[in-house]
Amino acid sequence: MAILINKDTKVIVQGFTGREATFHSEQCISYGTNIVGGVTPNKGGQIHLNLPVFDTVAQAVEKTQATATMIFVPPAFVADAIMEAAVAGIKFAVVITEGSPTLDMQAAKACANKYGMMMVGPNCPGVISADACKIGIMPGNIFKKGNVGLISKSGTLTYEGANQVCNEGYGITTAVGIGGDPIIGLSFKQLLSMFEEDDETKAIVMIGEIGGDLEIQAAKHIEQHITKPVVAFIAGQTAPEGKRMGHAGAIISGTAGTAKEKMDALEAVGVTVVKTPADIGKAVKEVLSK
Amino acid sequence: MNIHEYQAKQIFAKHGVPAPRGFIANTPAQALKNAQELGGKVWVVKAQIHAGGRGLGGGVKVVHSLSDVKKAATEILGMTLVTHQTGPEGKLVRKVYVEEGIEIVDELYLSIVLDRALEMPIIMALNEGGMEIENVAQKYPEKIIKIPVDPDFGYQAYQGRELISALKITDKREQYKLQNFLKALYELYVKNDVEMVEINPLVKTKIGSFLALDAKLQFDDSAMARHPEFEEMRDIHEEDPDEREASIYGLSYIPLDGEIGCMVNGAGLAMGTMDTINHMGGRPANFLDVGGNANPETVSKGFEIILRNKNVKAIFINIFGGIVRCDRIAKGIIEATKKVEVNVPMVVRLDGTNADEAAFILEKANIKNLITATDIGDGARKAVEAAKNA
Repeated sequence: MAILINKDTKVIVQGFTGREATFHSEQCISYGTNIVGGVTPNKGGQIHLNLPVFDTVAQAVEKTQATATMIFVPPAFVADAIMEAAVAGIKFAVVITEGSPTLDMQAAKACANKYGMMMVGPNCPGVISADACKIGIMPGNIFKKGNVGLISKSGTLTYEGANQVCNEGYGITTAVGIGGDPIIGLSFKQLLSMFEEDDETKAIVMIGEIGGDLEIQAAKHIEQHITKPVVAFIAGQTAPEGKRMGHAGAIISGTAGTAKEKMDALEAVGVTVVKTPADIGKAVKEVLSK
Repeated sequence: MNIHEYQAKQIFAKHGVPAPRGFIANTPAQALKNAQELGGKVWVVKAQIHAGGRGLGGGVKVVHSLSDVKKAATEILGMTLVTHQTGPEGKLVRKVYVEEGIEIVDELYLSIVLDRALEMPIIMALNEGGMEIENVAQKYPEKIIKIPVDPDFGYQAYQGRELISALKITDKREQYKLQNFLKALYELYVKNDVEMVEINPLVKTKIGSFLALDAKLQFDDSAMARHPEFEEMRDIHEEDPDEREASIYGLSYIPLDGEIGCMVNGAGLAMGTMDTINHMGGRPANFLDVGGNANPETVSKGFEIILRNKNVKAIFINIFGGIVRCDRIAKGIIEATKKVEVNVPMVVRLDGTNADEAAFILEKANIKNLITATDIGDGARKAVEAAKNA
C-alpha cells in the first residue's frame, strides 16, 4: 500500500505556471500523478498543461476536490502558500521551495498543525510512491516498485539511496525527502511509524546528516516502536566541525550533532549503519535476505 | 550571517537591551578619543572579530589610564588573534571597541535560539557567565535553564518569573530589571529574524543593573532580503574570499585540506561524497554544492575556484540530477574546460534527470583528462586512484 500518497491522490500545484513548476508538473503528470489543476494568483480561468488554473487554493479545492498540494512559490511567499492550503482544507502539502525564513516557517507549521494538514519540507525533493504517484522533483524512473521505505534529509541522497536499493534488485514503496531546514513538516519519527504500519514495506532506509538531533530522536523511537529492519547512513563524517552550525543549536540537546554521535545512537538500537552512501544497497540486501 | 559585537550592541541599543557604552575605533588615536569621550577611570579595549574566546587570546584588555587605552589599542589592532573558534591561522584584528569599565558583582549566561525539536524559540540561561557554554551543555546539561516561548503568543512575564526563580534572584528591583531585559531581548529576537542571540556574560553591576557585556548576533540568512540594513553590517574581511565569490554564483564552497576537489549537487550528497572519498583512502580538498540552479556559468566558476587550490590532484564531479538537469552540468563541464585549463584528471558521474542526454553530450565533446564513472563508489575509487597516480 505505500504511505502518504497513491494513484488516486488529487494534487494541485501552487505557483503552477512558473518555469520550474511547469517542468516538474509535467514530469509528475507523465509519472502518473493525478494533478487536477493549479493555483497562480491573477491567472484564474486560464488553462496550463491542459489543466485549470485557479486564483486561490479555496477555489481549486472546491472545483477539483484536491487533497494534496505541491508548493513551488518563491521563498518569501511559502508560509503564505502553506497557510492558504491548510485553511482551504488541503490535507497534505509538499513544499519544494528552498530558502524560506525560519520565523515564517514557524508560523506556517503551527497553522498546518492547527488545521490538520500534514506537510513535507520545505527545501525538499518531495514524496514518491513508486509506480503510483510522485509529488516532487525527483527523477521518477529510478524509483522501481518494491518493499523498501526511504526517508532522507538530503534531496540528492534520496536519489542515491533509492538508486542503490533498485540496483540490488529491490524497490521502493514510498520515498520521502524531509528536508534539512530548522523547521520541517514530517520527520523521521512519524515516517518510521507509518512505514512500520505499512504492510508492503519490509525494510526502511533512513539517511540523515550532521546537525540537529532528529536522528537521535529517531534512534529512541526505533528502540521503542519499530520492529522492521532499518539501514541508516549519516552524511558528514568528514565535515569540518563548526562550519555548518553555530553552537547554541547543539546546546539545546546536549549533543554536538556530529555524525559519529548519531551513528553510535542508531547502532546501539540495532540499526545497520553504513559508512558511505555507496554501501546502502548492499546493506539493504543483507537485512532483507536474513 | 554574523556581525561584530559593536554592531550587535548598536542593535541592542535600538531595542532597549542595556549594554555598557562604547565606541568603535580603527586607530589607536581614535581609541584614545573614544575613551576620553566615555570618561570614567576604567576602560575595556576589545578586538572585533567574528569569534569567541577573544579574552584568552589577548584580544580584550582592561585598562586604567588613557595612555594605557592607546597602548592596548596599538597592541590589539593589527594583531592576528588566535582563539578556539578561529582555527590555528587566527584572524587579523582591524577594529577595536572601546567600552566603559563596569563594576561586576555577578556573571550569567543568556541566549535565545530556536529549539528545533519544540519548533519554538527557547531562552537559555546559566548561573555562571563567561564559561565555554558548549562544555557546560555536555557535562552538566541540567545546569542550563531552558524556557520555551510559544511564538503564537510571544514572551510573557511568567516566563521571566520562571527564569528568575531558577536563577535565584530575590531582590525585587533586580527582578524588575531582568524582566525588562528579557522582554526587550525577545522583541529584538523576533523583529530581526535572529537565528541566535547570545550574551556571555550578562553581568549584574554593583547598582543592581543587568548589562550585556558581550553580544553575539547571528541572523537567518534566508530572511536577509527583508533586512537590507544588515547587509551594510557585513564585514567581508571575516569571510573566506573564495567562499564569498562562490556564494555570489549560488555555489556553497568550503575549502578543506585534502587533494581531491569535489563538485556535487546537494549538501547531503556533497558530504556523502566526501565521506566516500575518505573511506576509499583519499581526502577531499573541498566541499562544493552547486545548488539547484546549476548552469554552465556556475559550473565554470566552480572549476575555477576548485583549481585555485594547488593541492588538488583530481576532481570528482558527482551529480544526481533531480531539479539539476545533467545535460546542463555536461554543458557546463564543456564550457568550463574551454575557459579554464583543467590539467588534472576529472572523474565524472552523472545520474538522474537527463543523464542519457548528458552522457551523449560529453562523449561527443571528447574532453581530455575526463574519466567517466558509473556510481558514487566507482567515482570515488577512480578519483582516489587518479590523485595517487598524479
